[in-house]
Amino acid sequence: MKLLYFAWLRTKLGLAEEEVTLPETVHDVADLMTWMRDRGPLYAAALANPAVIRVAVNQIYARPHHPVTASDEIALFPPVSGG
Amino acid sequence: MSVRVQREDFDVGRELESLSRGRPGVGAVVSFVGLVRDMVSERPLLALELEHYPGMTERELAAIDAEARRRWPLETVLVIHRYGRLTPGDRIVLVAVASAHRNAAFEACQFLIDWLKTRAPFWKSEETTAGSHWVEAKAADDAAAARWGAPEITCG
Repeated sequence: MKLLYFAWLRTKLGLAEEEVTLPETVHDVADLMTWMRDRGPLYAAALANPAVIRVAVNQIYARPHHPVTASDEIALFPPVSGG
Repeated sequence: MSVRVQREDFDVGRELESLSRGRPGVGAVVSFVGLVRDMVSERPLLALELEHYPGMTERELAAIDAEARRRWPLETVLVIHRYGRLTPGDRIVLVAVASAHRNAAFEACQFLIDWLKTRAPFWKSEETTAGSHWVEAKAADDAAAARWGAPEITCG
């Protein structure tokens, strides 16, 4: 599973992307967020407030119950501020 | 329709001209140009760094464009959004709509920029004399998009 980070999430975590093995406990976006927060204090701090995190699965906005699989590209980022 | 995500500037006159060229049914062209302002939070802005999510950006802009065409009878739509380092006075975005009549063009243009601001994956980092910081999404932008019945995109 490929994870991508943008904007302050990228700078807080200190990386733009990483390849991770999908844990058996992760079936949807909500599971992924829970697992991510347990990966260490840096992740826990960056992802503490779900209200300011958006998730896209294969480049499409995803809600908490959207399923995730090992072949997905999953992006985490703050609310957008373009235009 | 046409969507472009680019580092380079664009020529507004030439782009608007291209919307009606060869389309005799066009009776109205409405455009929005977004620019970098010189002040943020009462400090002079030195530069703006625009980051985006290549791939998703184009996909999302195409989806916004398709939604506008579903709602209004449009001849054509053009969206150009820049990324990279910009300075005050620089153009950031162009949204232009061509239609037979002005009402559809005005409404669709406003819809496009409102949806773009809340859905297209761009992020601004502002550089001032106090340092750089990421721009937070504005509640006013969410409210503007909500007027058009934009779907919720929170994950939490």
